Amino acid sequence: MKKKYDLLVIGGGPAGAIAARTAARAGHSVLLVEKRPAIGAPVRCAEGIGKEALAEFVEPDERWISAELKRAELVGPDGVSMLLEAEMAGSKVGYILDRKIFDRELVWQAAGAGADVMVKTRASAPLMANGAVKGAVLDVCGEKMQVHAEVTIAADGVESKFSRWCGVDTTVPVREIMSSCQYLMTDIDIDEECTTFFLGNETAPEGYLWIFPKGKRTANVGIGISGKKSGAGHRAKDYLDRFVRRRFPDGKTIECIVGGVSVCRPLGCTVADGLIIAGDAARVVDPLTGGGIYNAMFTGDLAARVASKAMDEGRVNAAALMPYDEAWRTSPMGLAIERNYHIKEYLIKLSDEKLNTIIHSAKSLDMKDFSTLTLVKELMKRNPKLVAELAVLRALIG
Amino acid sequence: MLEIHRDVCGYCGCCVSVCPEGALELIDAYLEVDDQCTCCGICAKVCPVGALEVRDEEKI
Repeated sequence: MKKKYDLLVIGGGPAGAIAARTAARAGHSVLLVEKRPAIGAPVRCAEGIGKEALAEFVEPDERWISAELKRAELVGPDGVSMLLEAEMAGSKVGYILDRKIFDRELVWQAAGAGADVMVKTRASAPLMANGAVKGAVLDVCGEKMQVHAEVTIAADGVESKFSRWCGVDTTVPVREIMSSCQYLMTDIDIDEECTTFFLGNETAPEGYLWIFPKGKRTANVGIGISGKKSGAGHRAKDYLDRFVRRRFPDGKTIECIVGGVSVCRPLGCTVADGLIIAGDAARVVDPLTGGGIYNAMFTGDLAARVASKAMDEGRVNAAALMPYDEAWRTSPMGLAIERNYHIKEYLIKLSDEKLNTIIHSAKSLDMKDFSTLTLVKELMKRNPKLVAELAVLRALIG
Repeated sequence: MLEIHRDVCGYCGCCVSVCPEGALELIDAYLEVDDQCTCCGICAKVCPVGALEVRDEEKI
């Protein structure tokens, strides 16, 4: 490890790893630090990603693909379900990853491109000069050291503290944190090519419960509920345990995962002098699905490209890094977040009766592409009443 | 005071993200609370497993 780098990346998840890879490939000196002793563990993710979204950043590899998806199923509060299929039935639409291996692969690629990597290394304070971030104090196995950097990328996840220490308020509103719990279960009867989503105020208030296949008779069975609905005796784990007892009484849980997923709007500003915030730390998770892997990789890559250009031009203040903030907000990803935020706000207010009506409107849907936008458009076609209530959405979706 | 039931905690950081004071920090597999904590109870509410508890000190 050196004392000075062009770029310091805090966090070894998909946002940080892609940022480090992109910057290293551009010829910059990069240090990526991860506070945990291992990249990829513990997993705090349901591990789903779209086929094309993944391919934008990394070649699919069977070593870290647990399952290939061909369809999805929505189950309403009354148990009636709607099947979502690709227009070309049987074609691949997405993957369930093995994040422990996937995250390592991304960091390997960053290291292969020339980035330095340190694990069990925590950024415990920013180095500041004249209000600008100039690197960080790193705690490495009980020792403190300073690393100076032209630009620092905070990719420190949902529990991000670094940006807060730099003066950015990252607090997630209680009602917009998905309090989540997931079991990796095996020896269960599932459709190994289908993701299943269970909706309803009794099942998962203001959230959903999922079964994401992970291979033979194995799946991530998890739930996210609004922090507002969580409390003693009715926490995410209580809901999940109830579901599992009923649905998979003989299943075996081989991993228990908990987590928080933000479904709020992204941070108001994701740059400061010498600082860019990416991934979950920037609150760029899709507010409708809770999916964050692609958005993390996208913002990580963009952060590194903008930082790289700014460094080449010799100015790394907030104004010079602002193109990052503007670019992701106006990207398809940024627009999808804004749109899906509105859809989420509408859906969480629906009664179980209305949810049932929507899901009853089709036994199955053939999807041109497997996006939430296509799904919502199809549902609106079949539920004209819904369209009337959704003036905002109509404007957004067109 | 805020009590962390370490045998229950899953060290996920859900609580850290909602703390209005920035009083919580997840350090690897160890959740730390500092003196900025106002015992507002938001973290205890959102915890997916119920690992946090605001205790009334006078009753202890």
